[in-house]
Amino acid sequence: MAYRSFTLEMMKNDKGGKVLLLVLLALIIFVPSLNLFTSTDSVFHVSTYTLTLLGKYLCYALLAVALDLVWGYCGILSLGHGAFFALGGYGMGMYLMRQIGDRGVYGNPELPDFMVFLNWQELPWFWQGFDMFWFAMLMVIVVPGLLAFVFGWLAFRSRVTGVYLSIMTQALTYALLLAFFRNEMGFGGNNGLTDFKDILGYDLQAGSTRAVLFIASALALALGYLLCRYIVTSKLGRVVVAIRDAEDRARFIGYKVESFKLWVFVVSAILAGIAGALYVPQVGIINPGEFSPLNSIELVVWVAVGGRATLYGAALGAVAVNYGKTYFTAVLPELWLFALGALFIIVTVFMPKGIIGLREQLRKKRSEMKKADSGEDTSDSPQSEGSQ
Amino acid sequence: MAAFTAPAVEQSQLSDNTQFSDDTDTLSFEQAVALLAEKVNFKQQEENLIRLSGYEDERVYNILYSFSKNTLFYVKETKELVSAVNVGDSYKVTSVLAGEVLDITSKSSLKKVKSKNSLRRLAGEYLAVLGLKSKNVSIRKKAVYDVIKNVDEDAYLTLSKLVKTEPEADILELIQVGVAMWEVDSDIQQTRLEAIETLSESLIPDVRVKLAAFNKKTESGEYVETDKRIRTAAARAVGKIDERIGFFSFLDNVVFGLSLGSVLLLIAIGLAITFGVMGVINMAHGELMMIGAYTAFVVQQVLPSHIGLSVFVAIPLAFLVSAMFGIAIERFVIRYMYGRPLETLLATFGISLILQQMVRVIFGPTNQAVETPPFMSGSLEFNPIFAITYNRLYIFIFSIAVLLALIYILKRTRLGLQVRAVSQNRQIAKAMGVRSEWVDALTFGLGAGIAGIAGVALSQLTNVGPNLGQAYIIDSFMVVVFGGVGNLWGTFVAAMSLGVISKFMEPWAGAVLAKILVLVFIILFIQKRPRGLFPQKGRAAEN
Amino acid sequence: MKELDRLREVMRRDRVFDFVAEKRMPFATGRHTIVPGELDISHGTILYVEDITVSFDGFKALNDLTLYINDGELRCIIGPNGAGKTTMMDVITGKTRPDSGVAYFGQTMDLTRMSEYEIAHAGIGRKFQKPTIFPFHTIFQNLELAMAADKRVWPTLIASITGEQRERINDVLEIIGLKDLRSKEAAQLSHGQKQWLEIGMLLMQNPRLLLVDEPVAGMTHQEMDKTAELLKRLAGDHSVVVVEHDMDFVRSIAETVTVLHEGSVLAEGSMDEVQNDPRVIEVYLGE
Repeated sequence: MAYRSFTLEMMKNDKGGKVLLLVLLALIIFVPSLNLFTSTDSVFHVSTYTLTLLGKYLCYALLAVALDLVWGYCGILSLGHGAFFALGGYGMGMYLMRQIGDRGVYGNPELPDFMVFLNWQELPWFWQGFDMFWFAMLMVIVVPGLLAFVFGWLAFRSRVTGVYLSIMTQALTYALLLAFFRNEMGFGGNNGLTDFKDILGYDLQAGSTRAVLFIASALALALGYLLCRYIVTSKLGRVVVAIRDAEDRARFIGYKVESFKLWVFVVSAILAGIAGALYVPQVGIINPGEFSPLNSIELVVWVAVGGRATLYGAALGAVAVNYGKTYFTAVLPELWLFALGALFIIVTVFMPKGIIGLREQLRKKRSEMKKADSGEDTSDSPQSEGSQ
Repeated sequence: MAAFTAPAVEQSQLSDNTQFSDDTDTLSFEQAVALLAEKVNFKQQEENLIRLSGYEDERVYNILYSFSKNTLFYVKETKELVSAVNVGDSYKVTSVLAGEVLDITSKSSLKKVKSKNSLRRLAGEYLAVLGLKSKNVSIRKKAVYDVIKNVDEDAYLTLSKLVKTEPEADILELIQVGVAMWEVDSDIQQTRLEAIETLSESLIPDVRVKLAAFNKKTESGEYVETDKRIRTAAARAVGKIDERIGFFSFLDNVVFGLSLGSVLLLIAIGLAITFGVMGVINMAHGELMMIGAYTAFVVQQVLPSHIGLSVFVAIPLAFLVSAMFGIAIERFVIRYMYGRPLETLLATFGISLILQQMVRVIFGPTNQAVETPPFMSGSLEFNPIFAITYNRLYIFIFSIAVLLALIYILKRTRLGLQVRAVSQNRQIAKAMGVRSEWVDALTFGLGAGIAGIAGVALSQLTNVGPNLGQAYIIDSFMVVVFGGVGNLWGTFVAAMSLGVISKFMEPWAGAVLAKILVLVFIILFIQKRPRGLFPQKGRAAEN
Repeated sequence: MKELDRLREVMRRDRVFDFVAEKRMPFATGRHTIVPGELDISHGTILYVEDITVSFDGFKALNDLTLYINDGELRCIIGPNGAGKTTMMDVITGKTRPDSGVAYFGQTMDLTRMSEYEIAHAGIGRKFQKPTIFPFHTIFQNLELAMAADKRVWPTLIASITGEQRERINDVLEIIGLKDLRSKEAAQLSHGQKQWLEIGMLLMQNPRLLLVDEPVAGMTHQEMDKTAELLKRLAGDHSVVVVEHDMDFVRSIAETVTVLHEGSVLAEGSMDEVQNDPRVIEVYLGE
């Protein structure tokens, strides 16, 4: 009971969050059932393609929420969050790869096809254990978390901040991109991991498996949202925002700023890793391209489009931009990059608070115009008030 | 003449020297050449080659050269002998006798002269011998160099004659090495020791192989060379050579690293201005370089027959084009977000996507090749180990020139003064009558223009494509961050040291791993010194 | 290096010899020991700053600065621009590491080896020259964040506010006169109110030593008087170091005034003594 009231407390004043959770609930109930239990020619039928596409969007949304936690609330603009997503994805991919067993092209029960192709004799040590689902899932959490911990520990401790930090995170994901392209790394090189067959014994191509993965993604997003919401409404959340706004002040009133940043960064990386792990079985492939700096920076624009420091705005932005991407690349592929580029500029120049902040922005403008009409002095800066 | 041709003749078991010189008398040079295009068997073709090599005609060299490179053809209809060299998509067909370029671009009207591997090798051997007598210095030098690899008695005799007549000091040195290569196997110990002494000065790989062979053992564990003094002298000579090889390959690595660094300097220096002086993160920097590279490409399309000139036209033009793009970016986007570096990062990234796509729409998604002007191909050779290619040398000089010009602009001109004023205190500068908006636009334009110039340089090193900028943007950020923001000297040192570091890591790590390691190194370095190699200190650095 | 450390150990102000002293230091970092939360002011001096030198690119911001602050004292520090006042505060609060010299908090705490948050926990609070508060938090939340509590990550995550803490915040709200604005975002405060909020945040930390950099900049006369009163009230329970330009204000609160010039102490004494010191007059009025 206590827990329940606590949850209510946390969600109070969070209209957007409630809407998000309700939408997710509706998706969980309707999308899989409309996919599985209606005939393909029914108007209400949701095709498996759409289901998978929506599942993909939900993974992106979780990734965006994770980024919003560090960027929106803690002011750390990570241009390398795609790396954590991809690492989570590789964790899941390795599990799925081991599940193929002897059904690969070369029929080797122990080694994935690409290793046979490279004439490897035995499974490398870092592939050990990935045939067990629980171990793979543990790694999905541990590996991105550990990378974030090491990187963050080094960076925050020596006070690398702002643009420097952004560029360093970009360098991080770029280095990983180059590394994973190498065949010697043992992650399938250029082609990555693909041709997955089944997960926990269920066929990945089956509609029901897809539906379950969809539900898992929606649940993960809901839980991830609640976790982040819990964090940002706690005192820790307030400290984190305080660090974003006045890092020195936070330090001089006795907070060990780097520990707080590190904690939030690691939590966010873990969430990104989970999003990646859910993403891979739905799209059926993970390759080094996911480490591309372009992906990470695109992710930033999802959050910016939706609206920073709202969490649900990030989820909204991720879905909106990706829907736009799907639409454009199908209809006008040439125009997509123009549209994306323009989106970057428009959001940063005209909508600093994203879609979510748009209403407030318009309201402010209207009231300003009204004020100007009635001849009132619009300058209400606190500075002038104080010196009167 | 006979002395030179003899070894080859012996090898081909064709020993009738008189017969061969008779032929030379009876056939005119043109006739002898024409024989190559006849329907003959390999044996006859071999005779044809031998005969041809006896003529004292400068064109013999070219014909044998073409033959040895397998580029000698004849026109099917006229039986005229031509050399056909692959140039881009088409062929450059030159008549070997008349020396003029023919108007033929496809291979269909040509037929290859009868030839096989052993014949081509034979032609090569004749070439070497002919070359020794050539009046052309570079041909002669190359011939001596080739002969050294395999000195036989005849070559030795020729070489020892040439020692007395050779006017060029460096060729003379090579000839002496060639002589020593033979004498080192003589019977007289003193001669051998002197020869080893001479050889120890040479860096030619074959010389080292030869010397090292003296200390080889047979399977039964005995030395091939019985004379112990020779063995120790040879061992010492090998040691000396190795020392020099070590030194020169070190030097080679340093120079190569510096040239890599000069490329890094070129691509980073424009960024150092926009990032360092203005505090603006320009993610479109790479695309401004791309625009510069495409400008070079377009200029070459307009001036296809003046490749050398086109480079000099492209440099100022690329500066102007990129600078204009830069000023437009500043006026329409960046000026709304000064003091918000993270947001300029996002907005300029959007611009970079648009520019990339724009280029893709206009020029297509594939890479375009920009031709290298003649004065930039080839290399400056100091010795067999150490050489600098001209394109790298020029780009090195060019990048230094750009750096100095930039320092001059910032330190000595009115614009530079205003730029520094605005970057230090915008309000005060404004109050002093500096038009800060105008300065912002020009500064950004300057940074962008330099990116354009860097693009021209890059077009000489890699293919020009829509992704050119992306490939370099992270590198250039690394250089600026490593060097310390707002410090051109830091950018210079960072670029050069990163270039040298990666070059030295490449041999044992491979290019990709070296790059990864450099990235990791910088990530770690920034932890140690968050403000780079040459940080700004004091009050100004606080915010 | 090791020899130097040993030598330092011998020279320590609180002990004669290493082997004579009992081992009572629970946390030891190297040979230098820090006792968090255990401030030793048995000699009546709370802050020792000795021979501190700080230089930026050859420019000496502090030059062999030596300064002692007594427990419970209210000290004013004045000096022309660039005298090193703010740098001195940076050194004391751990923001800047000195090139040479020592700074001790009480007998045992070596400030030059502690990080900012450790120094804050030890009991030194600092107000910046420019008021720095958390603009997007309410006044109440600003004070809540500053409040002395377990400030490690996990405890902060699950922390909830107790009635006692709420009372304490209310008390401070009363003292700084912002009680009615408690739920307002701090960004909306006037400049003077922000200064007050910052002082309030210092109070929430329960510090032993307050470093206050230009507390009355941008304040009206009434606000200034209130600030003076507040600072005087704080002295006694706390030690207060005030850096200020406004001479009237300094005169109204000062017991002892220290004049800094070019990174070292030029004069020290009562306001009258200092004002009549020919060297001070020269520095302020020029030759």
